[in-house]
Amino acid sequence: MTTGLIDTDSLLLLDVGSISTRALLFDQVRDRYRLLAAGSSRSTAGAPFNNVLEGIFSALEGIQKVTGRTVLGKDQNLIKPSTEFGTGVDTCAATISAGPPLNACIVGLLDDVSLNSARKLASTTFCNVVQTISLNDRQRPEAHIDSFLQAHPDLVIVAGGTDGGASQSVMKLLESVGLACYLMPENQRPVMLFAGNQELKEEVETSLSSLLELHFTENIRPLLDFQQNNAAQSKLAQIYTQIRSRQLSGVMELNSWVNGGLIPSPTGLGRVVRFLSRANESHKGVLGIDVGSAAVTIASAMEGELSLGVYPQFGMGESTGNILEYGNISELKSWLLHDFSEDQLREYLYTKSIHPGSLPVTEAEIDIEHALARFVMRKAVGSLLDIMPEGVGYQGDALLPWMEPLIASGSVLTKAPTLAHCALMLLDGIQPTGVTPFLLDTHHLVPGLGAAAAVNSLLAIQILDSNSLVHLGTVISPVGSARPGTPILRIKVTYENGQETNFDIKYGTIEVLPIPHGKSVRLHLQPLHNFDIGMGAPGRGGTLRQVAGGALGVIIDARGRPFQPPSDLRRRQENYRKWLWTFGVH
Amino acid sequence: MLAPTFHMLPLTVIRRERKLPYPGKILVRKGQKVGANDAVVEAKLSPKHLMLDIAVGLAVSRTQSERFIRVKPGDRLAKGDLIAGPAGMGKRVMRAPLNCQVILAGSDQVLLELTDNLIQVKAGMSGEVVELISDCGVVIETSGALIQGNWGNGRVDFGVMTVLAKEAGGSLLPDQLDLSMRGAVILGAHCDNEETLNLAQELPVRGLILASMLISLRSVAEKMDYPILLIEGFGSQGMSRPAFKLLANSGRREVSVNAQGWNAFKGVRPEIVIPLPGEGVVAPPRLVERYSVNQQVRSVRAPHTGEIGRLIRLCGTVSFPSGIRTQAAEIQYENGEKAVLPLENLEVFI
Repeated sequence: MTTGLIDTDSLLLLDVGSISTRALLFDQVRDRYRLLAAGSSRSTAGAPFNNVLEGIFSALEGIQKVTGRTVLGKDQNLIKPSTEFGTGVDTCAATISAGPPLNACIVGLLDDVSLNSARKLASTTFCNVVQTISLNDRQRPEAHIDSFLQAHPDLVIVAGGTDGGASQSVMKLLESVGLACYLMPENQRPVMLFAGNQELKEEVETSLSSLLELHFTENIRPLLDFQQNNAAQSKLAQIYTQIRSRQLSGVMELNSWVNGGLIPSPTGLGRVVRFLSRANESHKGVLGIDVGSAAVTIASAMEGELSLGVYPQFGMGESTGNILEYGNISELKSWLLHDFSEDQLREYLYTKSIHPGSLPVTEAEIDIEHALARFVMRKAVGSLLDIMPEGVGYQGDALLPWMEPLIASGSVLTKAPTLAHCALMLLDGIQPTGVTPFLLDTHHLVPGLGAAAAVNSLLAIQILDSNSLVHLGTVISPVGSARPGTPILRIKVTYENGQETNFDIKYGTIEVLPIPHGKSVRLHLQPLHNFDIGMGAPGRGGTLRQVAGGALGVIIDARGRPFQPPSDLRRRQENYRKWLWTFGVH
Repeated sequence: MLAPTFHMLPLTVIRRERKLPYPGKILVRKGQKVGANDAVVEAKLSPKHLMLDIAVGLAVSRTQSERFIRVKPGDRLAKGDLIAGPAGMGKRVMRAPLNCQVILAGSDQVLLELTDNLIQVKAGMSGEVVELISDCGVVIETSGALIQGNWGNGRVDFGVMTVLAKEAGGSLLPDQLDLSMRGAVILGAHCDNEETLNLAQELPVRGLILASMLISLRSVAEKMDYPILLIEGFGSQGMSRPAFKLLANSGRREVSVNAQGWNAFKGVRPEIVIPLPGEGVVAPPRLVERYSVNQQVRSVRAPHTGEIGRLIRLCGTVSFPSGIRTQAAEIQYENGEKAVLPLENLEVFI
């Protein structure tokens, strides 16, 4: 793409995370967008700084040092646009995920209808649902008031009433919320997002606008059997940023740097995933996962239909102290390659929760960290499956539909000892099915590109196209089960020079076809024994015309789906040693 | 790189905010001396409410019900006081079921607040109130020794310290506790016995300071009414020498044990304050540092968990046995041993 296609040149992406604040500077070099420099710092949203800008300044210092380019003025403001003297940047985009999750109260009529939709909406941003109010709970209004006051939510999400449907019941529930808000100090009252029966807008406005800040969006459940939350998601993201601006110093200034375009990191990831799925010719889904300290964010999109889940309870940082509330300790132990007692594991998780930014030094410690990553990814995938539309691609056995590609980020993945460790964690945690290219976002730039896309989508596309993401390899994961050692996939590889090689892949193994970086091959795949690789039906094969090697080559995960690691520790150690060896890690 | 700090100081100025998350009533005045256990601010904690449906209660129509209401918002009622009525042939009335306050009265409903559960924020250390924060809190200042810890069970108290730990390690056993320790703050090293915690509750003691405790005792410790504070954390490690020295030399002194939960975002962690005359000490310790040579640092996790040493070299990026590559520093410990550790794992010891 040439320079003429875009209006602006340099782009600064800022990401204020819970542990790290990152700054990435891109500019055009020989007609292509390149990452010029990356800076990072501890995040400073919390004590003792209590201002996100300190971390940003520190990250920008790193960039200024590397590039010699001044981006901050003497007044500590961003120089924008760039000047003829080479200072400043043309475009800046920013994302945020710092600070404790928002406390949300969700209100709906019926648990499995509108309340369920409200819960799904809440899960698209950093929220902890601390209270639910519905007709089903059969509580008296004063019980709703008492629990509301105790929960002290930052946000109330209201769903309920199909369009033209129930109105009195919705207003009755809102009466309790209104009364509770009346009893709260004015500056402590939550913000309300009304996403219910659109005919009630006026009545809701009349009865509640004097009590709390109200926002309206489309009905997320306009019909009993139909849900929509695209507009509501965007509105909720805006509200999140607005609440954060009030809660965290410096966020307002940051938002002014990006002309009001600051968005939550999951929104940015969701935008990119949705965009890629629209552009996807294979009609498969696109998957993005960020295994972060504050939360695991997982986004999938099928032909533009986005499912986004943000799970603070599965975050690799502060949440680890309570992570075992969401699963059995034996689940975590089943991924370990060292023999730890339950107490040792609990101690580790507690220490990690109070020092979320600390890093594993020993082999044994990183083993726990990687087991934890697999554990939380499995949980996040399970939660995503609950919110994905029914009947998309391959379902069942807690498996995701066919995805192409998978974009992964998060320190536990990007700081893994080798790319092979990272790939193995993703294979175990995500259990991809069929043919899935793996892309690793080592700089955590995808959410920022989602934010930048709102300013200049071409610029974001150029950066996505510019090898800024590490292509780990193309993964082929046949779905099915067989006896270990049974051939389940026949592969014919045709190299660029016309040379051909055939492989039979046996069940229970991981195989890697080394393809030099930058080269591509043609693969003819023929599943055996009715295994399914997503080419139309179980047992059906086909040809992949141009498969790029990536950093690891073509990876065939023939361990079957669903995959469970061996329960015996010694066997597990042997298998993982063998699988890492397959990737060339000795 | 910005560095978190960790305080273990024999004499410093300690200034702490004590506040509620929402407005309440400040119970002290500026300049007032307070003890660790004194409440400084209070507010109603999630009061219980009762909604009365006047129309239903009096068996009158909703349009008529308002004229039978005999109370107005703000009225304080005793149990049995008239709320609405009399109405109808039977002279029906509605009375207050308990002592309460009227919050809302109108149309056909009356909302009552039934209880006055108060949440009180305690001073957490003895000192002087130096600032009032609008109507939600205060700033207390004192001079003395400050020792921060890694875990607390959420309780606050103070008392005279009895030193039972003879050395930085070793388990605190139930038979070491006796009636003479009633009302005391106990300094032990390690606890691996539930009975020790229960016996301390029975005496009762006013605090238990330990280096470490088995994580299996966490849920028991959380139920105890007295503060339990772990200097190092869960596990079986002994107390760092500086902490042990400072605490063991403070036997028979009054100590405040604020075993509040750790909240890195808010910057609060469990801490012990030993008030001391502070002539010449003018400023609280720094909260922000950048790593530099000759700093005393403490490793927050294995290896060398809790050990304090001197930063002798910033090493740049280093590969660790875990395979992680990150910025690191070389630390020298008192016994001469050296270790290279990630900067992310180090707190600057001030």
